[in-house]
Amino acid sequence: MTTEHSTPMEYSTETNALNIIGFWVFIGAEIALFATLFAAYFIMEGRIADGPSGGHLFVISTLMIQTFVLLTSSFTIGLGVNAMRLGRKGAALTFFIITLVLGAGFVGVEIYEFYEYVHEGLNLQTSAFSAALFTLLGTHGAHVSFGLFWGIGIIIQIVKYGFTPRTANKTFIFSLYWHFLDVVWIFIFSFVYLKGMM
Amino acid sequence: MEFFKQFAVPNPTPTIYLSMVAIGLTLIAVLAGITYFKKWGYLWSEWLTTVDHKRIGIMYLISALLMLFRGGVDALMMRAQTSMPGNELLSAAEYNEIFTTHGVVMIFFMAMAFITALMNFVVPLQIGARDVAFPRLNALSFWLYFMGAMLFNLSFVIGGSPSSGWTSYFPLAGNELSPHIGTNYYMIALQIAGLGTLITGINFIVTIFKMRAPGMKLMKMPLFTWSALITNLLITFAFPVLTVALAMGTMDRLFGTHFFTMDNGGMAMLWANFFWVWGHPEVYILVLPAFGIYSEVISTFSKRNLYGYTSMVVSIVVISTLAFLVWVHHFFTMGQGALVNSIFSITTMAIAIPTGIKIFNWLFTMWKGKIQFTVPMLYSLGFIPIFTIGGVTGVMLGIASADYQYHNTMFLVAHFHLVIIPGVVFAMLAGMTYWWPKMFGFMLNERIGKWAFWNIAIGTCLAFFPMFISGLDGQARRMYTYSEVAGFGIWNLLSFFGALGLAMGFILIVFNVYYSARYASRDIGDDPWDARTLEWATRTPVPEYNFAVTPQVDSREPLWDSKYEGKTLFKEEIKDIHMPNNSGQPFIMTIFFFVAGFGLVFSMWPVVYVAAAGIAVLLFIRSFERDDGRHIHAEEVRETENNKRGDTR
Amino acid sequence: MKKQWLFSGLLLSFLLFLSGCEPLTVFDPMGPQAALLKDVIWISIWTMLFVVVVVFIILIYILVKYRSTKTPSDYRPPIVKGNIWVEITTIGIPVLIIVFLSFVSVQSTYEAESVPKQFKDEEPMVIYAASSNWKWHFSYPEEDIETVNYLFLPTDRPVEFRLYSFDAISSFWIPQLAGQKYAMTGMITTLNLTATEEGEMQGRNANFSGEGFAEQTFNVSAVSQKEFDEWVKEVKNTAEPLDEKTFNKLLKPGHLGQKTFSSTHLDFSPPPEEHGEMSEEEMKKEMEQEQSDH
Repeated sequence: MTTEHSTPMEYSTETNALNIIGFWVFIGAEIALFATLFAAYFIMEGRIADGPSGGHLFVISTLMIQTFVLLTSSFTIGLGVNAMRLGRKGAALTFFIITLVLGAGFVGVEIYEFYEYVHEGLNLQTSAFSAALFTLLGTHGAHVSFGLFWGIGIIIQIVKYGFTPRTANKTFIFSLYWHFLDVVWIFIFSFVYLKGMM
Repeated sequence: MEFFKQFAVPNPTPTIYLSMVAIGLTLIAVLAGITYFKKWGYLWSEWLTTVDHKRIGIMYLISALLMLFRGGVDALMMRAQTSMPGNELLSAAEYNEIFTTHGVVMIFFMAMAFITALMNFVVPLQIGARDVAFPRLNALSFWLYFMGAMLFNLSFVIGGSPSSGWTSYFPLAGNELSPHIGTNYYMIALQIAGLGTLITGINFIVTIFKMRAPGMKLMKMPLFTWSALITNLLITFAFPVLTVALAMGTMDRLFGTHFFTMDNGGMAMLWANFFWVWGHPEVYILVLPAFGIYSEVISTFSKRNLYGYTSMVVSIVVISTLAFLVWVHHFFTMGQGALVNSIFSITTMAIAIPTGIKIFNWLFTMWKGKIQFTVPMLYSLGFIPIFTIGGVTGVMLGIASADYQYHNTMFLVAHFHLVIIPGVVFAMLAGMTYWWPKMFGFMLNERIGKWAFWNIAIGTCLAFFPMFISGLDGQARRMYTYSEVAGFGIWNLLSFFGALGLAMGFILIVFNVYYSARYASRDIGDDPWDARTLEWATRTPVPEYNFAVTPQVDSREPLWDSKYEGKTLFKEEIKDIHMPNNSGQPFIMTIFFFVAGFGLVFSMWPVVYVAAAGIAVLLFIRSFERDDGRHIHAEEVRETENNKRGDTR
Repeated sequence: MKKQWLFSGLLLSFLLFLSGCEPLTVFDPMGPQAALLKDVIWISIWTMLFVVVVVFIILIYILVKYRSTKTPSDYRPPIVKGNIWVEITTIGIPVLIIVFLSFVSVQSTYEAESVPKQFKDEEPMVIYAASSNWKWHFSYPEEDIETVNYLFLPTDRPVEFRLYSFDAISSFWIPQLAGQKYAMTGMITTLNLTATEEGEMQGRNANFSGEGFAEQTFNVSAVSQKEFDEWVKEVKNTAEPLDEKTFNKLLKPGHLGQKTFSSTHLDFSPPPEEHGEMSEEEMKKEMEQEQSDH
């Protein structure tokens, strides 16, 4: 069942519209999930036992790189979706690939950061604080990593089939996911790192 | 040999070995039976791969009944053990395992499955839809739930059951005090089943918001659909909290983290908080659909419109909001001080107001009605007085100071059973009996059904009223035994008789299913109860496409109005119907989930990696799949409709 | 119809029993806190009984009057629209009841958590009650004695229990003296109670804590101040002091009978920090520590 011509392609079938709304509800559940993780982190923040605290560990340089990389990737995926709506496959693909490369960069820096933490004497088993910190950051990082594989899958499909209502729908949903992870990162940036460094 | 030792049950008794043999033999018999009757193909193509919401609903129903049996046997053993002071039927360790599995099985695998069964079967029919929004995900939900339930039940024969209560409070449930793997089963099985529930939640929210028949505004939805909508919203926002809590518990147990441990800054209170931030909404996740069912049943069998529709809807919404604001009342005694306790005491008691409104609305629905005492109606009528008693004792428990005396006692046990049994189990039995003809094409026998009802209703009262008294006399819950001087003996003996009554009732229900399947008439028409809502406007049994033509609705009781006010429901011509294809992917994927879960329980990492890879591969396959479903042609639909019409009317 | 009578009958016998000759433990208080809770429970029972009776009467009336066998076969129930006055009543009365009970709840909760009025000016006696699987260790810091699984309390003297646990969450409960409170690791919770009558009582852990939970009980003897002093003197003279080695043995999971020692474990195994508000001194210490950290 196709609706009016002005609707973007990703909304163009009934299934597509349902998928997008379903994904929004899923993001609602994800918000509850991250809210719980944040709550746990706030409660555990001072429970550092004999290990180092956030103030000792957090470094501004990696934080800035991560933030810059992820925010830029959110911007480029927005450009990609825009290019998709204009029907420019090449441009869209380029932007999506840039997005994924930036995402991979983010994950890389995060892995490096974790490595540094362990070096400083903070591993998963050190304290309640370390467990909450690694779980919160790790959950976000795992979401980004999952997104990388998902994104590759979608890029392959765009290359193979072009922009059809189905691939456009998948792309759009993926972009929602990616923006959401960016928003979560802004919260992590402010309430974990900045608060910890102050 | 070392490798196999970990799978042994820690406290084996002849009973457990016997049950193992019995389970093994049953399994072999079932498999042999399917092979002998050559039913593997049928099972695979009609059930294991189905994405039809009605069949998924029926599978949920069967699973729920099986789990009711398991949880019920646990309950009987508990009541038998405590029926006499100093009884030695069970050891403390066994008793602890049994009350733990009783709670987990009844809440997660019986009650949740039962409400999901009825929501699955009824909601799409009530809103005039062909299926749920995401049929494939719906199948995935069911199989995740099923595999979670199977994994949990496996603990009985492989490795041993969890034994720190269904609330699994840390540090008791942690490695320090429960080194045994039982709690791993709890954490991982609930995680798998919980994922299924979350997907159901998302699925039904979208279904109800986007797939209603034309003209069915939100305020024209039947109340069961309303309650399903709110329940699924609660699921979507409450279950992630459980997900996180279980993940943290799992990490504590498997990776040695310090979330809830006694040292290195761990905080056991955080588990209790998270558990109940999920756990209290969970109570309403169970009870709201029940309220919806009662609204439908009472209205149908009073032959009257539901009284106070708007206030019913508003009170559901108010209850669901308050549900997130009361969790502290589960541990008033944790020492958070008078101020915090006072606040949560008031929010807790406030829930009584919308609940009271609902009770009065049901009463006024019967006023000036024409009350028929059918089995579903009997459960609804039994619900009102018993639930009122359960509810008012809840208000009593909500008084923080008095709770210091009730907490952790049999008084509390009496309260929540007298809420959950009439509030959930009665409703499920009412709903099952009510919608049974739509599901299976015949009606359950009323006479046997009434016998079952009286056994269950009286059994409930007899089993749980004495607990109020023994609780006030100082009997703590979860005690496997007590001394004769304590004087609890007589009350516990009465409880045991009550439990036997309940058991008898459930046996009668099973017999009723057998008897009715064998002897009941198949010629019952489409609307045997003279009901009011859309699900009864379909043919009996319901064809896979539900409605040949999408109904057009302009009132709250569209079927009633079409029967007695001369309105037309089906205005369009029959056209080709688009249906989704069956798929084996959900089933196969959840087998990987099961294997991964099993690997996690025993920390067998290679197994976990392989299974996780299997899940990932299936996700990729799904993403690349290009399945546009199929069409049922108009002639075929017309033929089906005519045949059914010939049968019934 | 039988059902309603059955319920009422059961309810009636339940109430008769509650007010019957041999009082239930919770209704047999031996101190002001438990007496307060007894009154609160009875207020709530009577209030709730009113609700139950109203619901039952309406239900029975409607079931008798509007059953289909009593109505003519051509009777068609009307479509009934809501009535504003009915709605106001069904909302208003429950609201009034809940407001009343909220008042009772808040007032009594504050009262139950604090030292009873008549003993406000007295310095409470401090007892540390620590649970370990599956026993209770009671330390009297002022008297410098320790008992396992039994308590001696002087009457008419407020007692402040400081609760904590060495392992599972336990709940310290002497129903005839006061409501329960959790004992947990890493923090202290406090429970105020006073015995005003002399006598023997049972106390227990009410919160499930594993295999030996059912038997985690203790005896409580409320005696006059004079007798209490004598008991302390006797313990001082006869019992052995408690050393770390013995204490660690006591902590091992299992059951012990009653034991008595002439010193406490608090010296070598200090209790965790207080829960809730910190004293000014502690606050200062904490701040200094934080500064030295940086």
